[in-house]
Amino acid sequence: MELSTLWFLLIAVLWIGYLALEGFDFGVGILTRRFARDDTERRVLINTIGPVWDGNEVWVITAVGATFAAFPEWYATAWSAYYLPLVLILLALIGRGLAFEYRAKGDTETWRNRWDLVIFVGSVVPAFVWGVLLAAFVQGLPLDAGHDFVGDLGDIVTPYTLLGGVVTLSLSLLHGAHYIALKTVGDIRIRARRLAARLAVPVAVVVAGFLLWTVLRDDTPSWPAAVAALVAVAAIAAGATVNARDREGWAFVATFAAVAATAATLFAALYPDVLPSTLDAANDLTTANASSSDYTLTVMTWVAVPFVPAVLAYQSWVYWMFRKRIGVQHIP
Amino acid sequence: MDVLDLARWQFGITTVVHFFFVPFTISMTFLVAIMQSVWMRTKSERWLRLTKFFGKLLLINLAVGVVTGLVQEFQFGMNWSDFSRFVGDVFGAPLAMEALLAFYLESVFVGVWIFGWGRIPPKIHLATIWITACGTLLSAYFILAANSFMQHPVGYEINEAAGRAELTDIWAVLTNKVLLVTFPHTIFAAFMVGGGVIAAVAMWHLVKGARDPEIAEPGQPSDAGAFRTALRIGAVTVLIGGIGVAVSGDFQGKVMTEVQPMKMAAAEALYETQQPAPFSLFTIGTLDGSEAIYSIEVPRLLSFLATGSFDGEVEGINDLQAQYEEEFGPGDYSPNIPVTYWTFRMMITMGGLAALIALWQLWATRRGRVPTSRWALRAAAVLPVLPLAGNSLGWIFTEMGRQPWLVFGLMPTASGVSPSTTARTVFISLAAFTILYAGLTWLWVHLLVKHARPGLPDVAPPGEEGGAPPGAGREAEDEDADKPLSFAY
Ligand code: HDD
Ligand code: HEM
Ligand code: HEM
Repeated sequence: MELSTLWFLLIAVLWIGYLALEGFDFGVGILTRRFARDDTERRVLINTIGPVWDGNEVWVITAVGATFAAFPEWYATAWSAYYLPLVLILLALIGRGLAFEYRAKGDTETWRNRWDLVIFVGSVVPAFVWGVLLAAFVQGLPLDAGHDFVGDLGDIVTPYTLLGGVVTLSLSLLHGAHYIALKTVGDIRIRARRLAARLAVPVAVVVAGFLLWTVLRDDTPSWPAAVAALVAVAAIAAGATVNARDREGWAFVATFAAVAATAATLFAALYPDVLPSTLDAANDLTTANASSSDYTLTVMTWVAVPFVPAVLAYQSWVYWMFRKRIGVQHIP
Repeated sequence: MDVLDLARWQFGITTVVHFFFVPFTISMTFLVAIMQSVWMRTKSERWLRLTKFFGKLLLINLAVGVVTGLVQEFQFGMNWSDFSRFVGDVFGAPLAMEALLAFYLESVFVGVWIFGWGRIPPKIHLATIWITACGTLLSAYFILAANSFMQHPVGYEINEAAGRAELTDIWAVLTNKVLLVTFPHTIFAAFMVGGGVIAAVAMWHLVKGARDPEIAEPGQPSDAGAFRTALRIGAVTVLIGGIGVAVSGDFQGKVMTEVQPMKMAAAEALYETQQPAPFSLFTIGTLDGSEAIYSIEVPRLLSFLATGSFDGEVEGINDLQAQYEEEFGPGDYSPNIPVTYWTFRMMITMGGLAALIALWQLWATRRGRVPTSRWALRAAAVLPVLPLAGNSLGWIFTEMGRQPWLVFGLMPTASGVSPSTTARTVFISLAAFTILYAGLTWLWVHLLVKHARPGLPDVAPPGEEGGAPPGAGREAEDEDADKPLSFAY
């Protein structure tokens, strides 16, 4: 396999990891708003993701860093084109990260309420906007011969990419509900299960619609994309089935797979382009013309081969370490 | 202002603010890890209380450090896309390595440290803070490798066809001679910040307690003793850091003279080549620094700083300008002289003052003494600010002294900016980030002061707030499954 193809795969894996991991903590963040009935319940929810959300967020930092190292052209073109949406994401993630750490560090109710609002907004915005931006990779952007973006926000925000945003947002919500059911005890757990049951059908419809659109965009639909899309929809259905039987662990695994397969569909549909030009196919950015030199890719491969598994190992260890369920009785 | 100016302001502001928090994180993680290790060794409650107290300040700071770092990772592509295209092949590698090797370690293990109190075996819990600390050093190393490449590009080759620099030797990049002197300098400077915070907070509590015994919490006689210990740790750290920055800074001066002589000339506003060259402590002159009206000079000092010999020749701006014009074509190759001149001096002054205060603290608290004057409180208040300012000034000097180059000798700053962004877009984000960062910095100060003000936390009843004695966590796990856990949030 070409090294540039390998790195495209690795970057896809990093994005998949990001969406599947941070996805549920976005979902939990969104559910702190209406689903949690009082401050104690809100704290239960926040504490289910407390030890892990920051580690989850590093997946996107690594995805972006790896893109910079392996496909500088892709990073440069996309990130300068996505300027304002990225500012929005950054503002949201900054607020959200601070809110988790700071909400308990003041004394007044107003203080806490404000930070709670920040957690909500800070979770909704990136869960939605990342979907828009990933869908925009597949859709393509007006790029000139120098690979510079020559359009405006209207070329990024289209019906297709908006639907992409709805997909990541709604999947995060479902994934988060399964996570809460898995990680809590008592009333919250039962309510989370019920919420997941109610969400499953609408989410499946939205995801199926979007993925069908994605696969059919191509004149010659890519098989891997089609298969991944089927897996995604099947996983949501499977999640609903096991959720109904109170198998919370499996339900969580199912939405994990659904998020992963949805992201995989996008990357499979994208390949071998990394960012097509809507102006002229000759201006497309591809894994071949956007990649770094062979030497750089070789060096980076040597770094990734031992360290990606190491990260997976110790991050899994942390999930295992904090496997206990928590409930309102644990909140001091 | 055009896109270039706005983008430069945005980079300068966001990076300098990120670097308020970074040195605090690097040094405080180590210092807290040391305190926790001593607690594990001695089982003395005093050390546990210190660990928790400064650990809380560390977490308040870490949060802002992490979120502002996120912006940095995205900015190169957003504002500097032509730069990213040109050097991405070289520059991206250390950035990706930083994420993969360092950020995961830091973020994952600090989460375990926060939530692990009393829940995981104490030895493993201690290991997590040490791993986090090592993560901060690794991250500093890789990011400084990237920055050192911009100061002194090595290990690359220009690919004319692709119009970019390509990596040919990763070891050269990771052992860049600029990196080898910059890394220790930055780390020592970081320790001055953490040491300064600890010494200042401890001093404040000691003096307050002595001035006003009423507010010293009754029934907590050990507070004063613990703060006295903390004061010594902090003050000694500042002194060690101070010696470290002076020694490593001297090495940096020599490397800089070799690879960026213009920066050295600008640091002294030295227009004509001189042998030997003096170092001016203070100058009043014309605004562009070309003419001195009044100046206090130490003879031969600049020669020593730049070359290691008191007779060394230091090249002046005019000669260098002529050389560069010959090499790179017409243009202005000198940075902003008043800025480089003053930031260089003020960096050194700030560090020197911090070290003096630390020395005075040690002297004033010798053999059980406690100073009670208002001045002692004031000195405590400024102590942490000085090394922080020194760090910012040092970076402003380093980065502005590199101008007009973005990558020295290869790419001027003006050609690195994103061609596709508009001034309006950058203006919106500059305004948003500036307002947000001002807010964050205010919040950071507010919370640090708020949580530094009360005395040491109570850890007496084991199990509460995670104060379980070492060894108690494991077997207790199942019986008290329903007891409140140690939550940070
Ligand atoms: C000398 C050290 C140093 C320097 C020069 C920089 N940083 Fe930094 N950075 C750190 C040392 C550090 C740190 C101490 O390691 C932080 C602070 C808090 C943390 O978790 O790590 C950090 C945080 C941090 C994070 C968040 C990591 C997380 O979520 O855990 C990112 C993405 C960056 N940085 C990226 C950058 C970039 C792109 C820089 C260049 C402009 C930069 N930093 C300058
Ligand atoms: C963390 C400490 C750092 C600080 C405080 C800092 C500070 C600054 C400042 C003040 C500027 C603006 C200079 C000017 O426009 O005249 C600047 C520019 C810049 N710095 Fe740094 N810097 C730091 C680290 C880094 C690192 C580690 C990198 C690379 C990885 C870097 C890359 C850049 C770039 C690309 C610019 C472009 C804008 C310009 O030169 O105007 N900086 N920095
Ligand atoms: C005698 C004392 C000092 C000397 C001789 C000295 C020297 C230097 C030099 C020559 C540079 C520029 C390196 C370059 O451009 O490549 C530098 C940068 C810097 N200085 Fe200092 N310095 C001293 C004290 C301090 C102090 C007290 C602090 C902070 C507390 C500090 C913090 C920094 C920082 C953060 C940088 C930028 C990063 C770097 O390039 O290392 N310095 N210093």
